[in-house]
Amino acid sequence: MPGQIAELSVSLWRGGKDGNYRSYAVPRRESQTVLDVVTYVQRHLDATLSYRFACRVGVCGSCAMTVNGRPRWTCRTHVEKVAGDGRLEIGPLENLPIIKDLATDMAEFFRKWQKAKGVFAPSQTRHDPIAKIRPDTPARTAADAAIECINCGVCYAGCDTVRWNSDYLGPAALTRAWTLVNDERDAGNPSRMTAISASGGCHACHSHQSCQELCPQTLNPTAAIAGLKRRTTAAYLRGEIKS
Amino acid sequence: MNVRLYIWQRATAALMLPLVLGHLAVIFYATRQNLTAADILGRTHDSMLWAAYYGLFVAAASIHASIGVRNVLAEWSPLTDRLAGFAAIALGLLLAALGFHAVVALVLT
Repeated sequence: MPGQIAELSVSLWRGGKDGNYRSYAVPRRESQTVLDVVTYVQRHLDATLSYRFACRVGVCGSCAMTVNGRPRWTCRTHVEKVAGDGRLEIGPLENLPIIKDLATDMAEFFRKWQKAKGVFAPSQTRHDPIAKIRPDTPARTAADAAIECINCGVCYAGCDTVRWNSDYLGPAALTRAWTLVNDERDAGNPSRMTAISASGGCHACHSHQSCQELCPQTLNPTAAIAGLKRRTTAAYLRGEIKS
Repeated sequence: MNVRLYIWQRATAALMLPLVLGHLAVIFYATRQNLTAADILGRTHDSMLWAAYYGLFVAAASIHASIGVRNVLAEWSPLTDRLAGFAAIALGLLLAALGFHAVVALVLT
């Protein structure tokens, strides 16, 4: 790698919410990811560093952190892309309580998935024949557009509305709700539409589009939330949901 | 914000769009024609049409602004949702009172 910096200057958040950044020098390697950098610190410089990862290939959604001020999935973020000057500041995701160092407590994030009725409600049993779903219907296309969410929490950490309104369900939970709203096999829409129309639901979104900009899977939660706003507004006007 | 407040805020915004354009047209007309306050009041006096136009404007603006301010208070101030709601209702009533007072003055003066 011609002209490459030999050593990275890395600041890592240490401690709980009252912690601070601590500096480390990490050797620069070819094709190095931000997760590689954190792992190097934990394995070679300070074994007490806490962080979370599992698959290392962008599937599990465990390793999201704040990298140079921006939430990212660290396993698929190359150092080359975010630290051209050789400096990295890595902190825990925002809008979530810090457990220790780079690990956040995601319980509230997943509680909101439950609150948004993000669980598939089957309309048939295992004894019924397998439903035939045409892949090219508008509803299925909308459901497919949001189905690749890996629950990494990047959109939630980057959302201004979540920061200002602790009741707001957040982009990920609402995107999941949008998938299920469009899934013709699902039977949970009456309670789901009520849940996402209440205070803190889809109408709290300010459409800042940070979620769309930051989503590592290039999903568009803003569009999903806009779809929910249209769908719930029509349902409310038809008297199908109360607020 | 829930779906009910969302619909009220969007509906009043949609209603205000033509009303604002009409209001701007009236301002341009009045200034280009060099109309004095007395000229304007002479034209609006006893006019139910102007009373209805600006009465509707005041009602839409009061509802729209109070829902928006409620949102700002709920998100940016330490007030609870309930207190933000009360403050917003008080603001809406104040705006409506001031606005309708002006409308009454416009058509009865």
